[in-house]
Amino acid sequence: MASLFSASLPSSDPSYSFNQAPTTASEPRQHAFYPYTDNGGSTLGISGADFTIIAGDTRSTSGYNINTRYAPKLFKIGGDGPNNENARIVLSVVGFAADGRALKERLDTVVKMYKYQHGKDISVHACAQRLSHLLYNKRFFPFYVTAILGGVDDEGKGALYSYDPVGSYEREQCRAAGAAASLIMPFLDNQVNLKNQYDPNSGPGLEKKPREAQPLPRETVEQLVKDAFTSAVERHIEVGDGLQTMIITKDGIQETYSPLKKD
Amino acid sequence: MNHLPQAWGRPRDDVYGAYNPHYLPHSHGGHQAGHPNQHTQSPIVTGTSVLAVKYNSGVVIAADNLASYGSLARFTDVHRLKVFNKKAVVGFGGDVSDMQYLDRLLLSLHVEENYAGSGDVDDKESDVALMSAKNLHTYLSKVMYKRRSEFNPLWNALLVAGLTESNEPFLASADLLGTTFSAPTLATGFGAHLAQPILRRVVPDEEASKALTREKAVEAVKECMKVLFYRDARSMNEYSIAIVDKESGVDLKLDEKLEGQSWAFADRIRGYGTQTA
Amino acid sequence: MFRNNYDNDSVTFSPQGRIFQVEYAQEAVKQGSVVVGIVSKSHAILAALKRNAEELSSYQRKIIPVDTHYGVALAGLASDARVLSNFMKQQSLASRLTYDRPILLSEITSRIGDRAQTNTQHYGRRPYGVGLLIAGVDARGPHLFEFQPSGVTLECVAGAIGARSQMARTYLERNLDAFEDCSRDELIKHALRALKDSLSQDKELTVDNTSVGIGGLEENFKLYEGQEIASWLETTFENKAEGEAGGGEGMEVDS
Repeated sequence: MASLFSASLPSSDPSYSFNQAPTTASEPRQHAFYPYTDNGGSTLGISGADFTIIAGDTRSTSGYNINTRYAPKLFKIGGDGPNNENARIVLSVVGFAADGRALKERLDTVVKMYKYQHGKDISVHACAQRLSHLLYNKRFFPFYVTAILGGVDDEGKGALYSYDPVGSYEREQCRAAGAAASLIMPFLDNQVNLKNQYDPNSGPGLEKKPREAQPLPRETVEQLVKDAFTSAVERHIEVGDGLQTMIITKDGIQETYSPLKKD
Repeated sequence: MNHLPQAWGRPRDDVYGAYNPHYLPHSHGGHQAGHPNQHTQSPIVTGTSVLAVKYNSGVVIAADNLASYGSLARFTDVHRLKVFNKKAVVGFGGDVSDMQYLDRLLLSLHVEENYAGSGDVDDKESDVALMSAKNLHTYLSKVMYKRRSEFNPLWNALLVAGLTESNEPFLASADLLGTTFSAPTLATGFGAHLAQPILRRVVPDEEASKALTREKAVEAVKECMKVLFYRDARSMNEYSIAIVDKESGVDLKLDEKLEGQSWAFADRIRGYGTQTA
Repeated sequence: MFRNNYDNDSVTFSPQGRIFQVEYAQEAVKQGSVVVGIVSKSHAILAALKRNAEELSSYQRKIIPVDTHYGVALAGLASDARVLSNFMKQQSLASRLTYDRPILLSEITSRIGDRAQTNTQHYGRRPYGVGLLIAGVDARGPHLFEFQPSGVTLECVAGAIGARSQMARTYLERNLDAFEDCSRDELIKHALRALKDSLSQDKELTVDNTSVGIGGLEENFKLYEGQEIASWLETTFENKAEGEAGGGEGMEVDS
């Protein structure tokens, strides 16, 4: 690096564009290849009393370019065959799409092998821990993705797990991830966890009691998801084109697609 | 007066800055002596955009025949579309030597696929188990992703065009990072900026591609090749175009010429062509 | 006393050109209970007789669904079969991951064939003591393959391996021409009848000791056991029982 700049400094000595003397060893040049990219988009998950909903937009970007208007970020995990029939778990990945796909395939293989070896479907919490291990095992060259895993737990309650790229995870009521996470998450905090909402009749001024968060009914949650994304599309250029939604209940996974603005 | 003959006619460092040899191989001073050989960190001889459009019964794909060495138009007869079988054609953008490596890889895959051990179909090309464009794309994207994960990328952007197992039109891309996506129209490199908007006007979505005829698809692609020749300095006017159709199979033309060019816009731009003033 | 000096390992030929260890491995297949396989234009079917070690114990696993498009039936050492089926499962998943397509049955069969062959050519190795019937549907249609410990693989229209399987093969040979155009139900009946022909006089096919695996052009390979096969057993054997002498197997009570 240093030789590149010093050679072009004004100097009385003549210098030429070819080597006059053997090159002296210097520190190795920095790698020009960067193995990651960001494909934009956003995902979101909310769990209810007996269901979990996971949604993601379908736009894939490279910088200011739109690669495609339909690239799903939601994947069914487990079940039978390549189309994951009868699956009860959904993984959403946002960030670097190639890593997301690799992660999804690894988890799907693990879950299918679990069924082959144990003769029963994996539980969501076991699957969630396995996903954490998959991410953590590659912590020195991480999968550049934010994952959200959803399903229904052993008690029939909606289960939602969110992850960081190196496998740290927790079970939550709701989580937004990806490009528009910072736009959607505060909205969810307020509407799902009722943050900054107080019971008006519970006392004067600062003594008002905060409202308690309750599991939300399915219709409300579906509407929240729609509102979150239509708003995110307005304010974030990497979000748009289509909304893919999966609702997991004890009876299976219901998948829907609805258009978003394409601008 | 400079008394070193080997310096005559060469750009002076104090005027142009030191020559930056970073893209040259180790043997040509590209890397610091004493350091081990490095993996490809940047492409050397490169091909520019590849374009493709899906239409009602197949896919049209095109790429010009130029391989550039930096800004030098080095090779003008490099064919960047490779026919894998009657269901799949691959278009390569980016490094040409990596393309040639992948081409050899595809050849060995082709041999493996047709090896007698895997079946006893007499006419290999009519085999119902023939590897489809979708299968090939999955395979290639795994190769690309594996190499990027080893920090030794194949410096290419690929389009895989053809048919699925059930003979539906198929088009998808894979790049040096292993990123994959599929759309009714795709363009790599400069084409992503210049051609993709034009193609999306013709084919905004999957439905439109199901209604598009072969003629319209070819016309759109040829128009885009022309626009790219106007505006992409690393392009040329000779190109290859392939059509994979579920009825007629693969039709590859290697030496097409751009037609109906109009350089009227360049008339008053000084510094072009044969103008003397 | 005569002692065979050419059966200490699987890499030494006898002067007659035989490898005894491999032949002994093939005897192990004949110790296993019988399994039958048949293909038609649209389906591939496996049927197996399960044994239980004693009255109170569970029955063996004779049919293993490996991927959604195929499964295997085994006769011989069950643990060797598990090693092979695990390998097949891995290869099948690998094919789906790298090419996004189900592996061809001819391909997976030749892969386990190659694996079995290496066991017969390396000192200190032991041949697999199991035979397999591999049945299912791939891009080239329904198929049935047979695998032997020697590494030999065959494609067949119908086949049977295991104890007393000659009787089943005789039945299959007699009805060979009928299989191609059989419906799903007819094919099941043929498989069950072939299976029954291999049974010893005092034995019956019941919902407990029979398993059936079915793959078809329109259906994934699935294992059927217990009450799922009750109606097939009933319809297959009630007609037969009527036709045969009244005092035959049909009248037999629990023994």
